[in-house]
Amino acid sequence: MRRIISATVLNESGVLNRLTGLLTKRQFNIENITVGHTEDPAVSKVTLTVWVEDDRKAEQLVKQLHKQINILKVRDLTNMALVSRELALIKVLTTPDTRSEIKMLIEPFRATVLDVSLENVTLEVTGDSEKIDALIELLRPYGIKEISRTGLTAIPRGTQKKVLELHPYSIM
Amino acid sequence: MKASWVAEKNSVETSLVSGAELFIQGLQNEEVDVLFGYPGGAVLPIYDALYKAEMKHVLTRHEQGAIHAAQGYARVTGKPGVVLATSGPGATNLVTGIADAMIDSIPLVIFTGQVATNVIGTDAFQEADIVGITMPITKHNYQVQRAEDLPRIMKEAFHIANTGRKGPVLIDIPKDVAVKTAEIKETACIHLPGYQPTLKPNILQVKRLNEALLQAKNPVLLTGAGVLAAKAEKELAAFAEYHQIPVAQTLLGLGGFAAEHPLCLGMAGMHGTYAANMALYDCDLLIGVGARFDDRLTGNLDHFAKKAVIAHIDIDPAEIGKNVPTEIPIVGCAKETLSAINQIADEKGDYNDWVIQLSQFKSEYPLTYKTNESELKPQKLMQILHEVTQGGAIVSTDVGQHQMWAAQYYRFSDPNRWITSGGLGTMGFGFPAAIGAKVGKPELPVIAVVGDGGFQMTLQELGVLQDWGLPVIVVIVNNKSLGMVRQWQEIFYEKRFSHSLLDIQPDFVKLASAYGIDGKLAETEDEVKEALTSALASKKPFVLDCIVTADENVYPMIAPGKGLHEMIGVRG
Ligand SMILES: Cc1ncc(C[n+]2csc(CCOP(=O)(O)OP(=O)(O)O)c2C)c(N)n1
Ligand SMILES: [Mg+2]
Repeated sequence: MRRIISATVLNESGVLNRLTGLLTKRQFNIENITVGHTEDPAVSKVTLTVWVEDDRKAEQLVKQLHKQINILKVRDLTNMALVSRELALIKVLTTPDTRSEIKMLIEPFRATVLDVSLENVTLEVTGDSEKIDALIELLRPYGIKEISRTGLTAIPRGTQKKVLELHPYSIM
Repeated sequence: MKASWVAEKNSVETSLVSGAELFIQGLQNEEVDVLFGYPGGAVLPIYDALYKAEMKHVLTRHEQGAIHAAQGYARVTGKPGVVLATSGPGATNLVTGIADAMIDSIPLVIFTGQVATNVIGTDAFQEADIVGITMPITKHNYQVQRAEDLPRIMKEAFHIANTGRKGPVLIDIPKDVAVKTAEIKETACIHLPGYQPTLKPNILQVKRLNEALLQAKNPVLLTGAGVLAAKAEKELAAFAEYHQIPVAQTLLGLGGFAAEHPLCLGMAGMHGTYAANMALYDCDLLIGVGARFDDRLTGNLDHFAKKAVIAHIDIDPAEIGKNVPTEIPIVGCAKETLSAINQIADEKGDYNDWVIQLSQFKSEYPLTYKTNESELKPQKLMQILHEVTQGGAIVSTDVGQHQMWAAQYYRFSDPNRWITSGGLGTMGFGFPAAIGAKVGKPELPVIAVVGDGGFQMTLQELGVLQDWGLPVIVVIVNNKSLGMVRQWQEIFYEKRFSHSLLDIQPDFVKLASAYGIDGKLAETEDEVKEALTSALASKKPFVLDCIVTADENVYPMIAPGKGLHEMIGVRG
């Protein structure tokens, strides 16, 4: 199953190395990872999307990350109400015939055109990963030259449904 | 604004000291009484400061020897072992010991020299990215960028190494950082917002365990090195005795509960006793304390404690539920947790039938071996060791058959007398670890029980015995083979003894003598007794080369993939 994990880490050299090394050592498969500053310059936020076999593995991952000295906080966001976004830049081949067609096609996705040349356009789209996948599929027949995706970043919503969270282990 | 800042700055007592001097001060603040190390270019400034400070430093003959010695020291004293090595090859020679300390939770603070900051990253002479290399095998590591950071980093490192689940912390010091001077305020403060080990157990979980005890008919305790690390032996004994719960121990947990205690089932796992393994197989409540359920202990997990409710007390939350699904998770230090349980103890279950059944297993299926008049049996050798030292020695082993025989037959009754490489199984560990133990506990006899194979991996440390006149007794269990490998080849590879028979060996007695150390060859029980007795009395280093039955196997044994109830060789 896919898990979205958020880790708040000290903004120190080596911390990313430790984090990704740990995932490799324990055979977790990273689908994507994003890192950036937070409101506190000493602290960075890492958002990971990983594939795990079952809940126990997911819990093991959270605990192992938590054990790292320079990781402050780890949350499994998977079952929380989330706002999550990814940004993609997509370069699509165009001909004079297809250019306006593409423009129409991307409108519902609120994608914008960043760059236009004779042979192609570069689009920017933001959204959850499924939305971006869908747009890419639609554009594929026109010929995609290049895609660059940022990976997912996420934050829990301000209000969470009051569900009794299942925490089998006593610390988290 | 500016003026007040200056005034404030002046009001704090400051002094100008070099990184190397700060290093010495840091050691003194932590009350470090000895370092184990080996010098080289990048640590010359540090060695110069050591020289001036007259700090006790044990110069080993290889960095691996230094780190294993520090491990032995840490095991018997409970204090972090301190290691110092140079950059590049000095640092990489430590890697085996760091990995060993990590997996066995041994507190170490390791200092490595590094090339100067202005050439880091240029493949400079003796540059190795030791921080990168050791990231997965340290609890934490640092590279010091500025001399003024060193006091804080050292304080943090000692704190991290010896609290929570203990482990190795490495500090990499570039050469220029050791030379540069820094202006230092009086005290450094630890700043570790991401590190707060849980010591006190969740009382709700403790109560759940208490309730589970009332429901249980066949409870068993499985105790590991966490009991020793927390110094929780008394609390454990009180708990087990109050409720009358039998105790099985892991390899590293030996000594946490006295072998002679009527409730003691001995060691469990691959070469554990019948009673301990059957107790784990048949129990209806398994209480793990500071043990991590590793594969050599559990055997095939499909057969492990299948009828049991599992309760697990551990200071490391990540160990709970890692290998075995756990109904009653208790994160906390073994000492605090056991005493919390003891405090609320009131009603008791009745486990009498279970205890009687396990006692019968103990008497019907004791550890056993076939004796043979003409040969010295390695198991008998361990019994003689126990007899001659009255069970009071510190025993440090290497890895292999002799290690298992020592674990089975020395019958430890006191804590912190048993030093062995459990998780990593590091050949070459036993002898240098014994040296560190002797440095830490000079008042106790120290015996290194080593194989003829593994001894040859670190025997250069005989130089340390000679140098310091350290009365460590080296007992070589000489089966002229890499016995444990030979045993597996005999059982699982149809006796194809591929590269496991050591027909060519040095004369170990002569070798000792080259270092000015007395030695003796022993081929009979009487010769062993006599030599050991006089070696113990002499208070001098000694090497005893014991020629034992070459093709003896360690039993009982659980073959890989089998469950704890599928022991072979229970009858010897
Ligand atoms: C550094 C290292 N290399 C290889 C092994 C694999 N190994 C485990 S036990 C063993 C044989 C040890 O032989 P010896 O030291 O003579 O002890 P014995 O088993 O004969 O008592 C070997 C090679 C190991 N544990 N450590
Ligand atoms: Mg051998």
